[in-house]
Amino acid sequence: MLSRTAENLFWLARYVERAEYLARTIEATLRATALPATYVGKTNEWESALLTAGIGDGFYKIHPEADERSVVDYLAFSPENPSSIRNCIEAARLNSRSVRTALTSEMWDTINGAWIELQQVWQGGVRSREDLTKFLRFVQETSLRFDGSAYRTMLRNDAYWFSRLGLHLERADNTARILDVKYHMLLPEKEHVGGPLDYYQWTSILRSVSALTAYHWVYRETLKPWLIADLLILNETLPRSLSSCYGNLVRNLDQIGVAYSRQGPAQRHARGIRNRLEHSHIDDIFQHGLHEFIQEAISDNNRLGEIIAKQYLI
Amino acid sequence: MAVAFDEMNGPDGSLRPAYEALSHWLKEMPPDALEYRRQEAELLFRRIGITFAVYGEADAQERLIPFDVVPRILSGKEWTHLEKGLKQRVKALNMFLRDIYHSRDILRAKIIPDDLIFQNPVFRPEMNGQDVPHDVYVHIAGIDIVRVGPDDFYVLEDNARTPSGVSYMLENREIMMRLFPDLFARHRVAPVENYPDALLSALRSVAPHTAAAEPTVALLTPGVYNSAYYEHSFLADKLGVELVEGRDLIVKSDEVFMRTTEGLKRVDVIYRRLDDDFIDPLTFRPDSVLGVPGLMSAYMAGTVTLANAVGTGIADDKAVYSYMPDVVKFYLGEEPILKNVPTWRCREKDDLGHVLDHLDELVVKEVHGSGGYGMLIGPASTKAQIEAFRAKLIQDPEGFIAQPTLALSTCPTATQSGLAPRHVDLRPFVLTGRDHVTVVPGGLTRVALKEGSLVVNSSQGGGTKDTWILDE
Repeated sequence: MLSRTAENLFWLARYVERAEYLARTIEATLRATALPATYVGKTNEWESALLTAGIGDGFYKIHPEADERSVVDYLAFSPENPSSIRNCIEAARLNSRSVRTALTSEMWDTINGAWIELQQVWQGGVRSREDLTKFLRFVQETSLRFDGSAYRTMLRNDAYWFSRLGLHLERADNTARILDVKYHMLLPEKEHVGGPLDYYQWTSILRSVSALTAYHWVYRETLKPWLIADLLILNETLPRSLSSCYGNLVRNLDQIGVAYSRQGPAQRHARGIRNRLEHSHIDDIFQHGLHEFIQEAISDNNRLGEIIAKQYLI
Repeated sequence: MAVAFDEMNGPDGSLRPAYEALSHWLKEMPPDALEYRRQEAELLFRRIGITFAVYGEADAQERLIPFDVVPRILSGKEWTHLEKGLKQRVKALNMFLRDIYHSRDILRAKIIPDDLIFQNPVFRPEMNGQDVPHDVYVHIAGIDIVRVGPDDFYVLEDNARTPSGVSYMLENREIMMRLFPDLFARHRVAPVENYPDALLSALRSVAPHTAAAEPTVALLTPGVYNSAYYEHSFLADKLGVELVEGRDLIVKSDEVFMRTTEGLKRVDVIYRRLDDDFIDPLTFRPDSVLGVPGLMSAYMAGTVTLANAVGTGIADDKAVYSYMPDVVKFYLGEEPILKNVPTWRCREKDDLGHVLDHLDELVVKEVHGSGGYGMLIGPASTKAQIEAFRAKLIQDPEGFIAQPTLALSTCPTATQSGLAPRHVDLRPFVLTGRDHVTVVPGGLTRVALKEGSLVVNSSQGGGTKDTWILDE
């Protein structure tokens, strides 16, 4: 396969995943702000949403303050934010156009249809919360359809594996970022456990990765910060956990390695991270420092992206 | 101007046989059914993303070419005649190109003036004495044909560089079959869907001698911003070959490779949809970022086939066009089956005088122009436009040719106010491989959607129709 095609597929999957993640972040923030102040404290949830998306700097160059209107606009529609949902969908469409021959018609149809809807229905942004909810659902459904059509229609060859690599790399990055922004909330000794304040903040973490129900299924306990961290980092059964993402990254890289009869630094690096995750325990992670751990995970993940690019994409 | 020949209702108003079934069917249709289907077709085109870009229009990065749901029909007999003429013409074109870049017999025989070739900016001196695999220059030709009477077909233009539009021929058919299955049940329409197969086998057959048994073919596109990008990706997909951009290719020791996830892979045949000027910045325009540095050197070394060959522009130059009947006679010793439109060469003094005296009756075209740009349609122009054009013409007579305003045939077309005749032309695609020439029965019918307009170019608001060749 052309290196450029693989690169486009890889990024296409990343853009779609990122768009969905941003939609989830906005949705979780909306829920949090709908609660009375006594439940959520005095924190500015919109500011925290910006930080979670890792784009605070760009935002404050344009807006003096983070409020619902400006943050939603910046995350969802702003042309000036390179990773706004709109820009993600537009970039995904452009990538799709240049690799149409590698996409199935269902995948193309999903992206092209979403792009058309974006232009026709959402050109002017949203005017109400009702609109916004519809928009967020549209984004999530696009991502679901795209992912689903890839899963159901693509040949299981390198085109598929490279797009899965993009998806899992992006997903791991998103999960790590959420943990990083909220890590202070996850520290067990900080607040009195079980109070309404942190309860709702934790729920919002889980909601943004759509893992609230999963938490209850896995632990059958009330929300506990270290268990949330355990779920998002080490639980391989949760599709958005770092462990699960790395399981998939290793699997897909191995499949490419077998198909090309050659392994390389990408396979080794991914396997190294997965092995470390496999042998970690959440208590040790807290002991070592959750923040440090997450920082390392983010930079390891970036590094893997660079290695994949060097080995296959350029 | 004479009343145009109508393809459905002949000169005396009687229904022509090829259109009988269609005409009955149209009469049975409820009046708004066509409009409904037209909207449906548009939705399909937009959804599939069959678009083209118009240069110079900011908001129109992608537009749909309007699609007319009423097919244009040619009888099997008419097609057989056209097909023969097309094959003859393209054969002569290939021999002409080989001659121009080698012994130049046609110049020595004084059939075409030397300076028309050597002073021509599309002539490529780099190709002098250069052999191309199997002597094929024009692998894909799109010959524009207009009709003015029951048996009068004229060639309007020989597109011998990188003719486009074949994706519309194929997609129009797919959409018609989806929207009007019962219409197909009433006709025997020759299929066009084997075009990609025919193209691939033609391309493979002209691989260089050094190529492996299974030559690797790639389609070279300028990229997503090119007006015909949709077509490039569509064809690559149908051919099952890689769609490459310049940056995907690299030349090493005079061989061309593409960058793949498994390392470099050799390429033997490049169906390039990039003009000569842009293919290699080392040989042609140094500012081109679309091409491949060193591609010409590999081409010269004979390790890669370019389709179409470099330098074919000289054959679709409009001034050279006027000599085509002589070209056919010179190389094949046959009478040309397809006629040329009578053409005045403004480079010749007498012709220029005649053209200047009759500007309001003639169509004047730039010799190197395309896409309906830079032309004057005398009868449809204002006095001021004509005078402005006169000045251009006097300043650069060599740059123009002129032709009578032909009454292009019309074909019933769905309009706001029901079916109405609109002018059409036809672009069939002629494929030349190592030892045979193929024409898939059909082509792209372009239709001028504005009443009375003769301009069918998509860049000028023309539309397309499915073209049916009846299998009798």
